[in-house]
Amino acid sequence: MKKWNLIIDVAKCFNCNNCALAVHDEYYDNEFPGIAASMPRLGHRWIDLIQRERGVYPLIDVVTLPVTCNHCDDAPCLKAARNGAVEKRADGIVVIVPEKAKGQRQIVESCPYGAVWWNEEKKLPQAWPFDAHLLDAGWTKVRASQSCPTDAIRTLKVDDAEMRRLVAEEGLQVLQPEAGTKPRVYYKNLDRFTKALVGGSVAGPVSGTEECLAGASVALVQGGRKVAETVTDTFGDFRFDGLDEGSGGYRLEIRKPGFAPGALDFTLGQSAYLGVITLTASAA
Amino acid sequence: PDGTTRFVSHTNGGPMFVYVKGGKVIRLTPIEFTDEDAPSWTIKAKGKTFTPPRKTTLAPHSTCHKSTLYSPDRLLYPMKRVDFDPNGERNCENRGISGYERISWDEALDIVAGEIKRVKREHGQGAIMGTHGSHHTWGNLGYYISSAFKFFNTIGYTKVAHNPDSWEGWYWGAMHHFGYSMRLGQTETYNCVEDLMQEAEMVVFWSADPETTSGSYAAFEGTSRRQWLKDLDIEVVHIDPYYNNTATLIGGKWLAPKPGTDPAMAFAIAHVWLTEGLYDKKFVAERTVGFDKWADYILGKEDGTPKSPEWQEAETGISAREVRALARQWGKKKTYLGAGGWGNGHGGACRSATGIQWARTLACLMGMQGMGRPGVNYGHMQWGTPIDIRFFFPGYADGGLSGDLEGTGLAISLYQRMPQLPTYNTATQKVPRLQIPEAILEGKAEGYPWDGKTLEGQFRKFSYPAAGHSPVKMMYKIGGASLGTMNDSNRYVKAYRTDKLEFVVNQSIWFEGEAKFADIILPACTQFERWDISEFGGTGGYALHGQTQMNHRVILLQHKCIEPLGESKSDFQIFLDLSCRLGLSAYFSEGQTELDWVKRMFDSSDLPKHISWKQFLKRGYFVVPALDEKHRDPVALRWFYEGRKKDVPEPHPLPADYSQEFLNGLQTQTGKFEFECNSLKRFDANDPERPPVVKYLRSWEGPGTENYDRFPLQLISPHSRFSYHTMSDGKQSAVNDIKEHRVLIDGYYYWVLRINEEDAKARGIKHHDLIKVFNDRGGVLCAAHVTNRLPQGAVHAYESSAVYDPIGEPGYSVDRGGCINQLTPKRSIAKKVTGTAANSCLVQVELWDGKAELIQ
Ligand SMILES: Nc1nc2c(c(=O)[nH]1)N[C@H]1C(S)=C(S)[C@@H](COP(=O)(O)OP(=O)(O)OC[C@H]3O[C@@H](n4cnc5c(=O)[nH]c(N)nc54)[C@H](O)[C@@H]3O)O[C@H]1N2
Ligand SMILES: Nc1nc2c(c(=O)[nH]1)N[C@H]1C(S)=C(S)[C@@H](COP(=O)(O)OP(=O)(O)OC[C@H]3O[C@@H](n4cnc5c(=O)[nH]c(N)nc54)[C@H](O)[C@@H]3O)O[C@H]1N2
Ligand code: SF4
Ligand code: SF4
Ligand SMILES: [Ca+2]
Ligand SMILES: [Ca+2]
Ligand SMILES: [Mo+4]
Repeated sequence: MKKWNLIIDVAKCFNCNNCALAVHDEYYDNEFPGIAASMPRLGHRWIDLIQRERGVYPLIDVVTLPVTCNHCDDAPCLKAARNGAVEKRADGIVVIVPEKAKGQRQIVESCPYGAVWWNEEKKLPQAWPFDAHLLDAGWTKVRASQSCPTDAIRTLKVDDAEMRRLVAEEGLQVLQPEAGTKPRVYYKNLDRFTKALVGGSVAGPVSGTEECLAGASVALVQGGRKVAETVTDTFGDFRFDGLDEGSGGYRLEIRKPGFAPGALDFTLGQSAYLGVITLTASAA
Repeated sequence: PDGTTRFVSHTNGGPMFVYVKGGKVIRLTPIEFTDEDAPSWTIKAKGKTFTPPRKTTLAPHSTCHKSTLYSPDRLLYPMKRVDFDPNGERNCENRGISGYERISWDEALDIVAGEIKRVKREHGQGAIMGTHGSHHTWGNLGYYISSAFKFFNTIGYTKVAHNPDSWEGWYWGAMHHFGYSMRLGQTETYNCVEDLMQEAEMVVFWSADPETTSGSYAAFEGTSRRQWLKDLDIEVVHIDPYYNNTATLIGGKWLAPKPGTDPAMAFAIAHVWLTEGLYDKKFVAERTVGFDKWADYILGKEDGTPKSPEWQEAETGISAREVRALARQWGKKKTYLGAGGWGNGHGGACRSATGIQWARTLACLMGMQGMGRPGVNYGHMQWGTPIDIRFFFPGYADGGLSGDLEGTGLAISLYQRMPQLPTYNTATQKVPRLQIPEAILEGKAEGYPWDGKTLEGQFRKFSYPAAGHSPVKMMYKIGGASLGTMNDSNRYVKAYRTDKLEFVVNQSIWFEGEAKFADIILPACTQFERWDISEFGGTGGYALHGQTQMNHRVILLQHKCIEPLGESKSDFQIFLDLSCRLGLSAYFSEGQTELDWVKRMFDSSDLPKHISWKQFLKRGYFVVPALDEKHRDPVALRWFYEGRKKDVPEPHPLPADYSQEFLNGLQTQTGKFEFECNSLKRFDANDPERPPVVKYLRSWEGPGTENYDRFPLQLISPHSRFSYHTMSDGKQSAVNDIKEHRVLIDGYYYWVLRINEEDAKARGIKHHDLIKVFNDRGGVLCAAHVTNRLPQGAVHAYESSAVYDPIGEPGYSVDRGGCINQLTPKRSIAKKVTGTAANSCLVQVELWDGKAELIQ
């Protein structure tokens, strides 16, 4: 049977907040019985956007991770709820039923993703209900997808086998897989958020003047093994992405015809700009 | 199916469907097209085919609009300051301090109409100042250019002359090189998207963040197009002190010059091109004049200083090596220059002490590369989609129902289609907007005008008071943004708090900013609560054919979705009610309702050829069919590059401004691109700030200038990502929960100031600490956003807080609302122009010591 899923492409998200604001628009001051009580005017972010900077001037990458209820197939909130206050619908959507959830603060604490918000005035735990009332009325995508200007959020209604195929094909990941909650919200390019980026610039003398060296080959070596290789751009800049934070010592090996090979040893903690590496003209 | 009715409305940030149930707005969404709507265009480039998404987009400041529509800060009733008595004590100095009481519409209208008559009778011509912000809730008829202009003309008023703050350096500077006065110094942009995609190899974004500013009204229409740059393998460079949101989305090389030093980099690029022969020599020889003088200056033949990449390094902080690499790539590859948020002008760099130089040097770079050559033009995919602009529908600047043939685009764009009673303002007195406080407090002001008819329009200096006119005694203000948007804004607070202004009426939607300094407040409603008609991004006027930023041309019937909240009324209705009391109702409305006027505008346009009034009224929008591939407009400036007659659908310049033959050449004296500007030579050949050939002059407020030791940080204040100026900020709007917009500290939502990690560390400041940013002009409390998206020495806070919240005496104390413009200089960019240099601003930042007083 077909069920709802979300695919969020981290590489396409630039923190415009339209998705979060569309959710606010939908739930603030609106009641959808059985699905959601109204959201407070301020303070809740049922889709939250977590921003992260990787690197420093002049080489930086700014990444945003949209985080929301994952509509887990094995949902801790469901187990924590009393008298059926959390329901797993046949179409995959997890709903915190407002009529049954009053006072159940433990639902907030049970969610490993911090995706449940406490409505102090109503004494209600609340999370994004996948716009279930709209989908039930015939909408084919959630408001976050509709309002996203970069197409970073896709709403999919497919069966689980098809979803598994997409996970493999597009290299999708979920948040905290170790929690074993089986989220229905999948991420593409999640490495942009979780992994480290390092880069640097290559320069050297050309007819006595220091120039950016474009087209230099840069190899990233760890323990004598080449882990990645790239070529410098117009500005002599290079970058390696997808490295593990704190993954230890590396060596950069730089080659450009006409120059003596260059090298730089560094230890990778967090994302970093390694500075300008200046090559010297080869003896020949 | 859920009991809602779907209406249509429109905003600064895009059109929308409005779902209403039981008289209440339930939700706002972008418009998704159906098969009934005209098909979209396709562009074929580099072996690939591209077509835009079949929907409209919405900017964040519009997506949150329901929360501002129903804001607790909405003005729902007319109000009177409690200690204001029009027939007794006025207590003017208590403006901004005393509270308000609710009064009836009758009482409010009687007071305002009575005051209009009284100040005219007691003081004479010019005593009423009528003023408004630059923008309005959307709609061609409700817009201030339409209904407020008509009303003000009807009563006679001292006009507030806005400086061209969006354009500044382009208007006062670049325009003298190539004309385009009717675009205030921005070039034409026809069909540039297709040309860029098919021909260009690189795009340089210079002081340009279209993902934040949306080309002003284009929501995220350009976003999907800019994502195509990657598919097309087009190289991208960003020159901006801030790693802006466009860079965040599409990546590319980031160069962060010290704010206001960009002209030095531009000169150095020209230096590389000159010394290495990397420019279009044929174009320079045939289509330009004055090149030798420009070249002499660059090469240092004139002053002994070659403007080399090494030379600029000391100014900008960018290595000579990187500038050389950029210059070579630009000189060798076909490159689009995306200058400012529109791509052909604007940009924070044009609003600084070096703004004129910046725009001029960029123009000269394009003069060297041959603007109009395939793949060489202005733009960054924002303007110039292949939509059909021959279909007639007016824009908001075309005057609506104003009858104003002088101050709007009515005479050239709409009057012929929609004849109406003309209106004239009989007072000729003007006050520059940036000098309202001086005009009121000191009784003196002078300025240079924003007048696009010709290059020379800007040279006609004017002074206040005008001969035989009364000083201003009454202010009629539409909206209340100035405390967040105008430089050195404590001045405005002080000007309000004096009896030199006998009466202040403010007509606003929200109780914020200047509204809190009025004697009488008239509650206006939003566009959701009135009828109107308009086009997505359809401005007309100086931004003619701005629709080409959109992926589709969408014309909208703006439904009156709900009844006005409380006792609020549309601006039109308020003006009409006042007109009735002045015996001018028929003159103001021609006996027609707002909906009648909407129908009249519909009839004046090309819409009836395609859709009936009934259908339009019901459906609420119409998509104008795009041009097919064979009939697309010629590419901008190609005619000039190739030495042909002008063939783009642009009705500018006026015939008299062609130097030789109609449609031949640019608007300059020679008809050519002028490296040495004849218009400036005629005006003042010896002006050191604006010499005929552009020269480098450091900013008068920046590194090394007076007080740099006390205020060592350069503050830039670009346009806010999550609000449209003050619109959608404050008001308990949903955007306040966005941590990039405001941060909640101890129960208060503070404005955000971005500061480099090292600069923060040196001051003991941590992320989201409460800090004070200050200089001799003011002090503002902000939440620190510690970042590496800025180099050291620069700080960044958006302009335009809606909230002014002094913690002591208004005008004399620290503000915690976030009005960053308290800190910016009132000094004009240059002596012989009237322009803002808000981005030339030195400040210090420290952890807040809890004090309310300003340093003085
Ligand atoms: N530091 C710094 N300052 C800047 C700039 C900068 O880059 N840096 N940029 C400058 C630029 S380019 C500009 S354009 C200006 C803009 O500055 P302003 O012109 O001051 O700002 P607007 O947003 O146009 O102000 C519109 C006002 O009208 C009100 N309003 C909107 N719709 C309606 C309506 O339907 N009825 C009524 N009665 N009122 C309405 C709004 O609430 C608001 O108060 O700011 C300038 N200031
Ligand atoms: N969301 C939103 N969109 C808007 C508006 C809004 O208020 N909010 N306002 C609209 C209006 S009225 C206008 S005029 C346009 C303005 O559009 P622009 O003038 O293009 O926008 P700004 O944000 O002022 O400046 C663009 C960039 O210039 C950079 N900058 C500042 N100083 C310098 C400098 O010295 N050198 C360089 N190289 N870069 C610099 C800023 O960091 C910023 O990223 O935006 C329009 N669109
Ligand atoms: S709307 Fe899209 S791009 Fe914007 S914040 Fe949400 S996911 Fe990111
Ligand atoms: S993300 Fe949290 S709230 Fe949502 S289903 Fe999983 S455990 Fe429950
Ligand atoms: Ca009194
Ligand atoms: Ca001329
Ligand atoms: Mo502007």
